[in-house]
Amino acid sequence: MSENYEYTIVKKLKLADAIYLMDIKAPRVAANCYPGQFIILIVDEKGERIPLTICDYDRAEGTVTIVFQALGKSTKLLAEYDVGEAVRDFTGPLGQVSELVKMPSEELKKKKVLFVAGGVGAAPVYPQIKWMKENGYEADCIIGARNKELVILEDEIRKYAKNVYITTDDGTYGMKGNVNDAIKYLVNEKKNIYDIIVAIGPMIMMKYVCILTKELEIRTIVSMNPIMVDGTGMCGACRLTVGDEVKFACVDGPEFDGHLVNFDEAMKRLSMYKTVEGRSKLREKEGDTHHHKGCECHNS
Amino acid sequence: MDVLKKVPIKEQNPDVRINNFDEVCLGYNIDEAVLEAGRCIQCKNPRCVKGCPVSIDIPGFINAIVQKDIEESYRIINKYSALPAICGRVCPQETQCEQNCIRGIKGDPVSIGKLERFTADWARENNIKPKAPEKKNGIKVAVIGSGPAGLTCAKEMAERGYDVTVFEALHEPGGVLVYGIPEFRLPKEAVVKPEIENIKALGVKIETNVIVGKSVTIDELMNEEGFEAVFIGTGAGLPKFMGIPGENANGVFSANEYLTRSNLMKAFDNNYDTPIITGKKVAVVGGGNVAMDAARTARRLGAEVMIVYRRSEAELPARVEEVHHAKEEGIKFYLLTNPKEILVDENGWVKGMRCVKMELGDEDNSGRRRPVEIEGSDFTLELDTVIISIGTSPNPLITSTTKGLKSNRHGCIVADEATGVTSRDGIFAGGDAVTGAATVILAMGAGKAAAEAMDNYLRNR
Ligand SMILES: Cc1cc2nc3c(=O)[nH]c(=O)nc-3n(C[C@H](O)[C@H](O)[C@H](O)COP(=O)(O)OP(=O)(O)OC[C@H]3O[C@@H](n4cnc5c(N)ncnc54)[C@H](O)[C@@H]3O)c2cc1C
Ligand SMILES: Cc1cc2nc3c(=O)[nH]c(=O)nc-3n(C[C@H](O)[C@H](O)[C@H](O)COP(=O)(O)OP(=O)(O)OC[C@H]3O[C@@H](n4cnc5c(N)ncnc54)[C@H](O)[C@@H]3O)c2cc1C
Ligand code: SF4
Ligand code: SF4
Ligand code: FES
Repeated sequence: MSENYEYTIVKKLKLADAIYLMDIKAPRVAANCYPGQFIILIVDEKGERIPLTICDYDRAEGTVTIVFQALGKSTKLLAEYDVGEAVRDFTGPLGQVSELVKMPSEELKKKKVLFVAGGVGAAPVYPQIKWMKENGYEADCIIGARNKELVILEDEIRKYAKNVYITTDDGTYGMKGNVNDAIKYLVNEKKNIYDIIVAIGPMIMMKYVCILTKELEIRTIVSMNPIMVDGTGMCGACRLTVGDEVKFACVDGPEFDGHLVNFDEAMKRLSMYKTVEGRSKLREKEGDTHHHKGCECHNS
Repeated sequence: MDVLKKVPIKEQNPDVRINNFDEVCLGYNIDEAVLEAGRCIQCKNPRCVKGCPVSIDIPGFINAIVQKDIEESYRIINKYSALPAICGRVCPQETQCEQNCIRGIKGDPVSIGKLERFTADWARENNIKPKAPEKKNGIKVAVIGSGPAGLTCAKEMAERGYDVTVFEALHEPGGVLVYGIPEFRLPKEAVVKPEIENIKALGVKIETNVIVGKSVTIDELMNEEGFEAVFIGTGAGLPKFMGIPGENANGVFSANEYLTRSNLMKAFDNNYDTPIITGKKVAVVGGGNVAMDAARTARRLGAEVMIVYRRSEAELPARVEEVHHAKEEGIKFYLLTNPKEILVDENGWVKGMRCVKMELGDEDNSGRRRPVEIEGSDFTLELDTVIISIGTSPNPLITSTTKGLKSNRHGCIVADEATGVTSRDGIFAGGDAVTGAATVILAMGAGKAAAEAMDNYLRNR
C-alpha cells in the first residue's frame, strides 16, 4: 500500500457513521495554512485528486487535520487507511484565507458572527470558530445534522463558541428541524442581531440559508465545494457564477458572498460526474463493461 | 533513393490508432536514420543551427549518426539539450531548424527532429546517460515549476555544480509535457519520465506538491531556506473562456481540464479513478496545438469530433503535422466559424452550439486578416460536449505573493529575454511565464539562458 510516501497518518478517529478525522504529516502545509483554506490529497498511485477543507493544524508537529465523509470510491478508500500508513500526495494550502481571518481587527470586533454548520460542514467551521476565540472574538454556532449520531465535533466547537445550538431533522437531539429553523428562532424570537453569518454545509443547505438571510438582510459567507481537478487555477472545472462574474473556486474562493452565488448552476455542475462515477461502481461489480473499446486495446 | 525526399517514417495506421493511446509516429530504425542522416551535406556554415533556439550542433550530431556512433551523437546533443527525445517529438521543426535547412530549398529539408528523436531513443534504450558533475559548489538554487524551462535551468545549474531543488505544484514533474501533451504524441512512462530521471541523476532534487506562493513563498525560500537564487518557470496555465452564454453548462470543459484528466490523471485508462466525460459529439473551439490534442484525445475516447475555428486553414496556429494527423483521424474542420452561444437542455447539459460564419477582413495588428461575422449566417451544431481551447495566460499566484516582482498587463512576468533577469535581485524567469504560451524549445532556451545569467550573478556577487 503506502510504499515510500511521506504524508503519514498520525491519528485517525471515527466521528460518526462513515465520517472520519485524520491528522496527516505535511509540514509545508501546516506551516502556512489558515482557516478557510483546503488541501488536495491523492490516496494511491491510481487515485484522483480529492479536495478537503483544513479542519485544524499543528504548526509545531507539522500536521494537518482533515475530516471527511466516506461517500464515493476515493473517500472510501481513504477511510481504509490506518495510523502509520501514508497517502501518495498531499498539497496545499489552497484557496483564500477566510474573510474573517483577513478582516481588520477593529472591524471584526464590532461584528456579531453566527456560524452555521451542516453535516460535515462542522469540519470547516471548527477552525474558524477556534481562530475567533484564540484571537479574542466571540461567535455563536448552529450545528445541524440529520440525526444525533451525525452531529460531529460538538465538544470541540463548544470549547470555542459562545453559544451552540443543535438541530436535527428527526429531533433525536437538540431542536427538531433544520438550520434555517434555528436561524429564524435566534433572529426573530431571541432578537439576536447578527452582522455576518458563515454557512458551510451541503450546497442545498447553503442555498436555503442564503434565501433566508437575504430576506433577513444578513451578510452571508458560504464555502463552495465544486468539482476540482488541480486546485491551482489551471483547469476551470471549479468555475462558478458569482454575481455576474465567473470565478474559480479554488483560487478566488472557496468562500464567497452567498447572496451572489448561483447555487442552481453550481448544484447542476456538482452532479456532472454522478453518472460517470456510477460507471466506476458498475466496473467494480461487473468488470470492464462501460468504456470505449479503445481502452481495452490499450490495457491489453 | 531520391535525395530530395525525406526517408519516410512509419506511423500507426489512422484506423487503428483512433482506438488506442499509443504513439502515432513510430520513429526511424538505425538503417533509416543513417540513410536520412546521409542527406545532410554538412554545411560549413549551417543555417539550421540558427533556427534552433538552443543552438544544437546539428551537423555534428547528424554526422555521428552517419558514422553509426550514436553514443557520440547523444553526447553532442546533450551538451545543448536536456530533453532531446521530447524536442525531437514536439518541436515545431518545420518553422525552426528544418525551415532553415539548405536541403529545403530544392526538396525536403533533412528530418532533423526525427533524427534527434532517434538518437535520444537509442541512448535511452541502450542506457546511455548524461554524466553527473564531478565538483559540487554547495550553493543552493531553487527552480519553480518543472516544465521544460525549469528542467533545463535545473540541468544547466546542476552541471555547473550547484545544489538545485525544483519545486512543482502538481504531483508529477514535467509541466505541460505530462499534463497537456497527450500520450499518443509524447509517451509519459517511456519518454518523459526517463528524461526527467536523467536530470535527477545529475543531483537535481524535485519536490512535488509545493505550490510556491501558497505552501511557501519565494522570500521564505531565499531568506529562511538558504536558496541564493531562484528561477521561475511556472508556465502559462490559466485557461481562457469565451464569455458566451451557456459556457458553464455541464459538458463544457477547458482543454486544460480535459487534457489534465486524460494525461496527468490517466482517465483514459480504466485502472485509474479520475473520471472523464467522453461525449458522443464533441466540438473543440480553437485551432492551436492544444485544440488538436484535445480533439484527438476525444476521438480516441470514442467521440465524433469537430474543430471550430474562426479563421481559415492558413491561419491555423497548430503544427501542420498535427492538423494532418487530425484530419487522417476523421476530425471535421469547421473553419471561419465562430461560436455565439452554447445551447443547454433542461438538466443543464450541453445540447448544441449556435455559430456564425466568418470571412476574413483587413489585417489586424498581428498581421493576420481579422475575421468578421457574416450577418445572418447563424447555424446550430448539435453536440453534447464542448472543449474550449482559445489560449491560456500565466497564473497570478507568484506575482501576487512576491513583492517587487513586476508583471505586465497580460500577467506575464517582466524579464530580460536574453538573461531572464527580473525586477528582483537574484530572481530569474523564463518560458511561458514570461512570454505567454509558446513552445517547449523556446522555454528550454529561456531556461538555459537564465542559468548562464544566474551563474554569472552568483559568481560576481
Ligand atoms: C474546497 C472543497 C473542500 C471540501 N472539503 C471537504 C471536507 O472537509 N470533507 C468532506 O467530506 N468533503 C469535502 N469536500 C468534498 C470532497 O472533495 C468530495 O466528497 C470527494 O471528492 C468525493 O470523492 P469520492 O470519489 O469519494 O466520491 P464520488 O461521489 O465517487 O466522486 C465522484 C466525482 O465527483 C467529484 N465530487 C463528488 N462530490 C464532490 C463534492 N462534494 N465536491 C467536489 N467534488 C465532488 C469528485 O471529483 C469525483 O471525481 C470538499 C470539496 C471541495 C471542493
Ligand atoms: C496541450 C498542449 C500541447 C502543446 N503542444 C506543443 C508542441 O507540440 N510543441 C511545442 O513546442 N509546444 C507545445 N505546447 C506548448 C509547450 O508545452 C509550452 O510552451 C511549454 O511547456 C512551456 O514550458 P514552461 O516550462 O514555461 O511551462 P510549463 O510546461 O507550463 O510548466 C510550468 C510548471 O510550473 C508549475 N507551476 C506553476 N505555478 C507554480 C507554483 N506557484 N509553484 C510551483 N510550481 C508551479 C506547473 O504546475 C507546471 O508543471 C503545447 C502546450 C499544450 C498545453
Ligand atoms: S531542439 Fe528543436 S529546433 Fe533544435 S534541432 Fe532539435 S528539433 Fe530542431
Ligand atoms: S542546413 Fe541542413 S544540410 Fe546543412 S548542416 Fe543543417 S541539416 Fe545539414
Ligand atoms: S480546480 Fe482547476 S481551476 Fe480550480
